[in-house]
Amino acid sequence: MVPLSYYLVLSGILFVCGVLGFLIKRNIITIFMSIELMLNGVNLSFVAFAAQWHALSGQVFVFFVMVVAAAEAAVGLAIIIAVYRTRETLNVDRVNLLKL
Amino acid sequence: MFHLLLFLFFGAICIAGAVNLLVQDHPINSALSLIAVMASLAVEYLLLGAEFLNAVQVIVYAGAIMVLFIITIMLLNAGTEEHTKGSRVAVLVGIPGVLIGSLLVGWTVLFHSNTRSVPIGALQGDPRGIARLLFHDFLLPFEVTSVLILIAIMGAVVLASRPEAVARGPEALVRAPRKEG
Repeated sequence: MVPLSYYLVLSGILFVCGVLGFLIKRNIITIFMSIELMLNGVNLSFVAFAAQWHALSGQVFVFFVMVVAAAEAAVGLAIIIAVYRTRETLNVDRVNLLKL
Repeated sequence: MFHLLLFLFFGAICIAGAVNLLVQDHPINSALSLIAVMASLAVEYLLLGAEFLNAVQVIVYAGAIMVLFIITIMLLNAGTEEHTKGSRVAVLVGIPGVLIGSLLVGWTVLFHSNTRSVPIGALQGDPRGIARLLFHDFLLPFEVTSVLILIAIMGAVVLASRPEAVARGPEALVRAPRKEG
């Protein structure tokens, strides 16, 4: 038996690592991966609460989060490719103009 | 006891992978440690009885999405991260704020919540139950999600292809000839 709060603390740690990566990292792909890490942390707490309340709806929510994350990754990486093609850099500090 | 050991082991891998993602300078190393995080999270899902999500996590997250990331990293030939001076507000206010907030949440969850233990091993997230919910109660969101995926596919194709190919119409999009020279 593992207490539910352990799962919640693990999910919180993953989320905090994602937020810190979002703040610290300067590479646009790594920032994107930090967002995925945050999504994973939230998914874990969804599954933990679904197990706590014996309700499957939480797991269906995780399924939807995964689908949206897949769509987001496809579009976001396409945007990154488009940005790299015009700016030739992946550093977010150098991508500070809307118009070249 | 055995379950607690499994939880601690894979939770430690999760946290180590997440910290490694922050520490590494090269994006490919970050991507590989993110795969480790996702694979061990799949085991945590299994410990919580979500066997369908365990499979989906490995196939969709650790498989499809991370392959997309790694292909992009290799396509763009992304090198070591260069350190530039970013926003100072983000470092001075954001990081202490995040740490204080997470400490508050952790303290509340650990000591001030009457959460019960999770009985493990009772697999309740079997594909049959999930499918009943997905195709009965959540049918409309499911269909809307398929439209979302379709839009995302088209958006990715249009965004990642060359602008002159987009201007020439759909046939040029499919073949997308390279520029000479």
